[in-house]
Amino acid sequence: MFTALADPTRRAIFERLAKSPSAVGELARELPVSRPAVSQHLKVLKSAGLVIDQPVGTRRVYSVDPAGIGTIRDYFDQFWQQALARFAAAATQPTEEEA
Amino acid sequence: MTTQVDSTSVTTAIDVTAPIEHAFRLFTDGIGSWWNPDHHILQAELAEMVFEPYVGGRIIDRGTDGSECPWARVLAYDPPRLVCFSWDISLDWQLETDPAKTSDIEVTFTPVGPTQTRVVLTHRNLDRHGDGWEAMRNAVKQGWSLEAFAAAAAA
Repeated sequence: MFTALADPTRRAIFERLAKSPSAVGELARELPVSRPAVSQHLKVLKSAGLVIDQPVGTRRVYSVDPAGIGTIRDYFDQFWQQALARFAAAATQPTEEEA
Repeated sequence: MTTQVDSTSVTTAIDVTAPIEHAFRLFTDGIGSWWNPDHHILQAELAEMVFEPYVGGRIIDRGTDGSECPWARVLAYDPPRLVCFSWDISLDWQLETDPAKTSDIEVTFTPVGPTQTRVVLTHRNLDRHGDGWEAMRNAVKQGWSLEAFAAAAAA
């Protein structure tokens, strides 16, 4: 979620969708963002598993993914990357061998 | 370091410059020496971490006020190649007492040379935490690990 929601505009779109499902046009009207930019942000949110979309007539309506597993996954992905980096740094410090 | 994700788990791998026995011992017994000291759910500051090295053991955070938080159960312990433990923390950062609602972490150690070990960590069954991801989102936004993430991202 840090990668997907780090961007303030994306966060605004996500929070707006949490209130009610919307199509690209509605979001572009309500937020100070162009329609192509909204589409681009939605693409990122969708690939992060944060939002889902479904066709309603000729429109495509976006909503927050109720499962939200992407949020949890993204969080732990970052969490463990950071933890293992600390672990690797500690492991390579001179210990018994050079003490 | 490489990362891959599937729908309900995340996997992170890293090669460390240490023999397998040392890497395993540091990961388990020495967990307090590398774990981010800000990553705990105690009320007090983290004083030490205890890894009980057997199946059925726990990972316990001890606070400077003497409080304890046993946030993991050791599910597999096979030195120096495998350790597996549960993540008994709910998405709103409380101890989770129902094992059915906990995820688990498997860590494997494989020698890739006399002084080089590959560590592969998989945090799986994340969907068991169920609802509450919004609480996690909010917690993460304001939360305990923002600073560490920022530091890691800037590094």
